[in-house]
Amino acid sequence: METLPILELRGVSKNFGTTLALHNIHLEIANGEFFTLLGPSGCGKTTILRIFSGFERPTKGEVFLNGIEISGTPPEQRQVNTVFQNYALFPHMTVRDNVAFGLRMQKRPKEEIALRVAEVLRRVHLASYVDRMPHQLSGGQQQRVAVARAIINNPLVLLLDEPFSALDFKLRKQMQFEIKHLQRQLGITFVFVTHDQEEAFAMSDRVVVMQEGTIAQVGSPQEIYEEPESLFVARFVGEINVLEGRILAARGNGVYDADVEGMPFILHSRREFEEEEAVKVLLRPEDLKVYLEQEKALPPPFFLGTINETVYKGATVDILLTLDNGKKLQAAEFFNEDDGDITYRPGDRVAVTWVEGWEVVLNEEGE
Amino acid sequence: MTGCLKRLYVWLVYGFFYLPLLVMFLYSFNTNKYTTAWGGFSLKWYASLLHNTAILDAALNSLLVATCAASLATLLGALAAVCLKRYRFPGHRALAIGILLLTVSPDIVMGISFLILFIACSIQLGFFTLLISHTALCAPFVAVTALARLAEFDERLIEAARDLGASEAGALLHILLPLTAPAVAAGWLLSFTLSMDDVLISTFVTGPSFEVLPVRIYSMVKLGVKPDVNALSAIMFLLTLSLVLLARVVSQLRRKTA
Amino acid sequence: MATNHSSRDSLFRTFSIAGSWLWLGLFALLPTVVLLLVAFLDRGEVGFFIPSLTLDNFRELFGPVFLSVLGDSLRLALLSTLVCLLVAYPFAYALAKANPRRRPWLLLLVIIPFWTNSLIRTYALILMIGAQGMVNKLGLALGLIDVPLEILYTDFAVFAGMTYTFLPFMILPLYASMEKLDPSLADAAKDLGAGALRTFWHITLPLTLPGVVAGCILVFLPSLGCFYIPEILGGATNMLLGTFIKNQFLVAKNWPLGAASSSVLTLFLVLLAVLYRFTSRRVAANMPLRASRNEE
Repeated sequence: METLPILELRGVSKNFGTTLALHNIHLEIANGEFFTLLGPSGCGKTTILRIFSGFERPTKGEVFLNGIEISGTPPEQRQVNTVFQNYALFPHMTVRDNVAFGLRMQKRPKEEIALRVAEVLRRVHLASYVDRMPHQLSGGQQQRVAVARAIINNPLVLLLDEPFSALDFKLRKQMQFEIKHLQRQLGITFVFVTHDQEEAFAMSDRVVVMQEGTIAQVGSPQEIYEEPESLFVARFVGEINVLEGRILAARGNGVYDADVEGMPFILHSRREFEEEEAVKVLLRPEDLKVYLEQEKALPPPFFLGTINETVYKGATVDILLTLDNGKKLQAAEFFNEDDGDITYRPGDRVAVTWVEGWEVVLNEEGE
Repeated sequence: MTGCLKRLYVWLVYGFFYLPLLVMFLYSFNTNKYTTAWGGFSLKWYASLLHNTAILDAALNSLLVATCAASLATLLGALAAVCLKRYRFPGHRALAIGILLLTVSPDIVMGISFLILFIACSIQLGFFTLLISHTALCAPFVAVTALARLAEFDERLIEAARDLGASEAGALLHILLPLTAPAVAAGWLLSFTLSMDDVLISTFVTGPSFEVLPVRIYSMVKLGVKPDVNALSAIMFLLTLSLVLLARVVSQLRRKTA
Repeated sequence: MATNHSSRDSLFRTFSIAGSWLWLGLFALLPTVVLLLVAFLDRGEVGFFIPSLTLDNFRELFGPVFLSVLGDSLRLALLSTLVCLLVAYPFAYALAKANPRRRPWLLLLVIIPFWTNSLIRTYALILMIGAQGMVNKLGLALGLIDVPLEILYTDFAVFAGMTYTFLPFMILPLYASMEKLDPSLADAAKDLGAGALRTFWHITLPLTLPGVVAGCILVFLPSLGCFYIPEILGGATNMLLGTFIKNQFLVAKNWPLGAASSSVLTLFLVLLAVLYRFTSRRVAANMPLRASRNEE
């Protein structure tokens, strides 16, 4: 059975003066999901969030909240609340007054307000801070107040605008966990904006990658990382090696014979390609296998190349190498207790290949 | 500049500012009438002011004008500052530049143009004309200082309030007003001093029936040094001093929390 | 960030914009237009002006009487502005570099005279430079002079009065532009091999130029238009612009001429405002009215 999306954009475009911020966006967000808008700055993700919250009005198209068209509804009349980037806590109000603000605006009875404020502050572990002023709180505590202030109004959707950008690394990890936990508890939809792909993947059920006002790809974090639909997405969500290839023959069932950087390889793809079609073969650094040339006799096909540099990363080591045809590649190897020595010296000759089927093949338009 | 020389220079300038005022203040307690020689401590010049009905009337008139003009100017100045900060509209820049120009526009030009305007409209010179022109003098100052304060104001606070269910008016009332009230109050106090001190405009727009203190003092000062002028000036200085200090305290009230 | 005005038009928005324009119109535009109009009118026999257009008033500005008034006024105003600048620049610099905890108090000591009635401060100066004033008493007592100096009622007294009265008006904008100055800029210049003088000339001075111009506006225009300082401290010999204008209105009752001669002040205001725009555009961060923009 098709359930109604809680939030939906239908053909939404937005201009600021002559600049096009969003172009014909179609987006459906299901009830209860943790949905993330991911993209570089200026891609339009914040504009979408502000259209949801009501601070911007689409130039074209429609916005639906729970099945009702809301693009003309002012922010105060939407059952949507926002956690702002720098929290926007009211500096002249205590934690209690900040959290109670929404209920006061609804003119709820005093007793109810007191009860609900206490409850929501307990939920975010700030029960003993009710009388503090915002500037007396740490960054993490301010963040929790901002969340409490938003969820006390029982919104249908909670919007979070880069809420962790002001926090340091460790606190950020902890708050990510807390927010994710809170979302499960509350069961409401969270729409999250970030430019940090790691953060997006760690928290989301689904991610939309935005590019210059359009949607580049929507999918689960795994789909986006492993099956990027464009070079842009592939590059944005991690390091990627791009090899130039040419389809030689189709074997059927998505298996192709191809020439990749001058070597014959078998490629797997769900996409359709024609013979002689130029393609790009995308490989994550961790997909590449690197062997010292004299180490073992490798079954072909493989590339030969020279190590440029190795970069120690703790759990992994990054290997920068140049193929004999001049192509530069980046590989990543995990430290393995059985096979302790994966150190290479610049100048070492190596053979490079990958596990068949781990590649992503795009045609030239995938740019 | 080396440290010692720098300090000497700074205090020399401060001395230049305050020495004449200090001397004036001391002489206001001098018993002697005609010379500037010290004849002993006395409060008689202050007492004589209390019996000078012309001065008392002028002082009352000035207080009345200053209170009304400062209030009106604060209202108008704050209104302009809020709309310049919060809204984009055709003529936004022109309005901003116009207000900024008004703050540096020579007072005498303002005085004579208002005089012409009032006479052309057959408005009798007096309280009302003073009120209008002093409001015109002060409002731009309020607008510019309030705007400077609003520049620090995070617009997202208004958005947060609206996101939480406040209307535009409610957000301005609950968030903007309390956060900028100290700046507005400081604007009022400074407008009040401006109005109390103005000679250049008042000279033109005041009528014989409604004399204000600065104009009165001016006519006394032109006749040379008099001990009662010392006393009156000392009082005026102390009034300004306390208003500036008060404005300072008030405007710092919420700065650290904002 | 401004609310996008296509999205919502509140009553308050309309009201505040209309209200602001109304008061600017009533307080600035209307009087200015009326003043300009009168400057082109003829002097009446009985009234203050009569409705017949003429350029006579402006022609009179080029006559010997007004030119000598203007010359004297400009000379004094320029001198005062220059001296104020020379005194205020190092002073403001020292203030901006002072210990941050003492700085607000040091600044307050400048703000107090800034807000104190200029008339009263001018009056206080008489007590210093009069024949029986402090300066003469001290000079006589210390044996520096034999007879009291005649300072009061001279051009020098007017110059001293203007400098004394308007010095805070120069210090405050200078201080404001210096306070914003990033000290690492000067450090960077020195690091790149510029000496103290060249650092000042290439870095500090250009960046504080808007403050210099703002200070000059605040000193020069009032020095030019003020009438009570020359009337209290000056001799009866030379009439200055402020007094000239005042007399046209209150004594000679030649309003059109007074209005026309005040256009000199307006002209200087416009020139200096343009100069300020020019200098502050180059130092974009110092522009006071730059509005924040809606950016993602």
